Amino acid sequence: MLRLAPILAIAVLLGPVAFGILATVLPAFGFLPSLQGTEFTTRHFVELFEYPGLIRSVVLSLTTGLVTTGIAFAIVFVFVSGWYGSRTFARVQHIISPLLSVPHAAAAFGLAFLIAPSGFLFRLASPELTGSARPPDLLILNDPMGLTMIAGLVAKEIPFILLVCLAALPQTTARRSGQIAQAIGYGRMSGFAFTTWPLVYRQIRLAVFAVIAYATSVVDVAVILGPSSPPVLSVRLTQWMSDPDISLRFMASAGALLQLAITVTAILIWILAERVVGWYAKRLYLTGRRMSGDAWARWTGLVTVQAVAVIIFLGLGILALWSVAGFWAFPDNLPRGFTLSNWTRVLPSLSSSLSTTLTVGLVATLLAVVLTLACLEREARTHRTGGSRALWFLYLPLIVPQVSFVFGLQIFFLGIGADASWGALVFVHLVFVLPYVFLSLSDPWRAWDKRYASIAHGLGASPNRTFWNVRFPMLLKPALVASAVGFAVSVGQYLPTVLIGAGRWPTVTTEAVALASGGNRRIIGVFAFVQLLLPFIGFAMATLVPSYLFRNRNDMKATA
Amino acid sequence: MNPLILKDVTISLNGRVLLDISATVSPGETLTVMGESGSGKSSLLAYICGFLDRNFDASGDVYLGELNLTTLPSHQRHTGILFQDPLLFPHMSVGENLLFAVPASITGQERVEQAEAALLEAGLEGFFDRDPATLSGGQKARVALMRVLLSQPSALLLDEPFSKLDSGRRDRIRKFVFEEARRQNLPTLLVTHDEADAQAAEGKIVRLDDLSPSNG
Repeated sequence: MLRLAPILAIAVLLGPVAFGILATVLPAFGFLPSLQGTEFTTRHFVELFEYPGLIRSVVLSLTTGLVTTGIAFAIVFVFVSGWYGSRTFARVQHIISPLLSVPHAAAAFGLAFLIAPSGFLFRLASPELTGSARPPDLLILNDPMGLTMIAGLVAKEIPFILLVCLAALPQTTARRSGQIAQAIGYGRMSGFAFTTWPLVYRQIRLAVFAVIAYATSVVDVAVILGPSSPPVLSVRLTQWMSDPDISLRFMASAGALLQLAITVTAILIWILAERVVGWYAKRLYLTGRRMSGDAWARWTGLVTVQAVAVIIFLGLGILALWSVAGFWAFPDNLPRGFTLSNWTRVLPSLSSSLSTTLTVGLVATLLAVVLTLACLEREARTHRTGGSRALWFLYLPLIVPQVSFVFGLQIFFLGIGADASWGALVFVHLVFVLPYVFLSLSDPWRAWDKRYASIAHGLGASPNRTFWNVRFPMLLKPALVASAVGFAVSVGQYLPTVLIGAGRWPTVTTEAVALASGGNRRIIGVFAFVQLLLPFIGFAMATLVPSYLFRNRNDMKATA
Repeated sequence: MNPLILKDVTISLNGRVLLDISATVSPGETLTVMGESGSGKSSLLAYICGFLDRNFDASGDVYLGELNLTTLPSHQRHTGILFQDPLLFPHMSVGENLLFAVPASITGQERVEQAEAALLEAGLEGFFDRDPATLSGGQKARVALMRVLLSQPSALLLDEPFSKLDSGRRDRIRKFVFEEARRQNLPTLLVTHDEADAQAAEGKIVRLDDLSPSNG
């Protein structure tokens, strides 16, 4: 059984991407027998490019994606190089970490409720500062250049990039190298950048590619915060793919390939930038310039990272406030009263979408954890790791844009008669949950002291008994944390749920995003708050369950 | 009890031979293998137990009487091992650590009785429900030894198990371990770099820097 685990994992990671892209390529070139498409043609690409505003959508996707990644990356770089190893760093790390579990849509709604013309900040400022008791006539949300969308994405990607850096840093000699560099006169930042950053970057590179892929092809955040006329390409594709006029699917497939090309282009541009920056950095350190006057940059980095955290937390607080708000007229700072009627009104649709979210999320997470544990246990027994190739497999579903292969996957499921089924939905969630579960569980699992296993074997315990009675309980906490990560990923899935569920399996996320255009803040508040609450409960359980089970075991707290 | 026999056991790393040893350890006797760190003495124990890292190249056979251990998976070799650290399972109580070791063939109340008797033997009466984390270094070492002995091993392997104990306790624990090993008539293999360990073991000594030992 264990022998099959790595093969099964690779099938889950590779299969959907491969079949999905194949099932996109064929209709893009006119081949889709179920819709009478039987001849090879490039007509659909012509249609696509003649579509009004398409070029602008393409440019928007490319630029917002690259700008988002560039800004988030730069902020994390400045913060980490300026503060790594300090007490401030540890404190900020604790504030930022929970943000990773916040679903993108909830964070986007929070930001929207905060900075919209009728949002919280303008309520605070009106009428005292703005001089008006009416919302200003500004196009802040859905601005045509996508600036608000970039802001929302940057805020969500900073925690992600920061946490992958944190995972990479212990494997470097950051602290000592930094001290040596500072001892010969380099600034804190330049010392870190020249000695340690290249080693860190090598390890986080795939994660950065995943951010580029995500930011160039995101749908839910783009619907909530992004430009609307025209929207980014991925939003248009999603509209066409779920359009009742199924003839649009040919053009949508062609568009999905275009999306793939955009993301690949963005990654290539990034790689080019890597070269240029690397070349320039080398020139810089060969000159021996110490660049020790970095205080302003360090403080800018620190303030920015903390501001991001404050903004997200504030936005989430306002979501919660709206969900129980009674009458709340502009420019009142707070609602006149509080009520639960917002919740009771949406209870029927909330409870059904909640049960889908929970069941799909829990089952997909369970499958991912079992598969991951089986792979890791197989690795421990055979002493063979997948090496860097395995890492590419893990990142594959995260680097290929969702919209470029999930649509093909939908066509594939249609072909085998499993479309819009619960099983198909769980499977597509598994594709995205598995990489995150594996990435978060593999490090602590491999870091476990193998002498415990040697002792157990010496005592006569079989490999299975050693796993269940020694290794698994000792690593219960990392396993639960990885489960919480996986569950949060599942809860946050928008596009795969919409496309594979074909609207028949609404989750709190798809419901919340669908409400975005309606603008009913109370109901959005309810759904977005639930969306936020679920991952939070997951992480709380991952902490509380082990500390309850091992409440009388002091050494289990150290490993936690 | 059967003797532990090493037949032409050779371990090398990257083409460099770390050790090459043949020896017989009779029941109740202790063979001490001495060498500096990096001399491969720990890898010898790993090879006997069957968990030597793949980076090493090893050959030769390990017998327990007539039984060739090298063909068995490590959990069927019954080679009890003690490391520098006691490595009590941190999620179990002291008593559960001991029960984990008692062979499955012993059932029911008898299991608990054996564990309690072992605690009594180690001077740790009443420690059954204790959290291992609350024990002193010497107490942990004694529990670790009793855990090995309860599993009814066919041989005892000691990987510098005294080096991390403070000097006051070291003598007492050392004495306790060798007495127990002798009492249970176990062939015992000790690897260490500490002369005092070797003296206390009162057995033959093989020095790894001298690859032509005069062992029996």
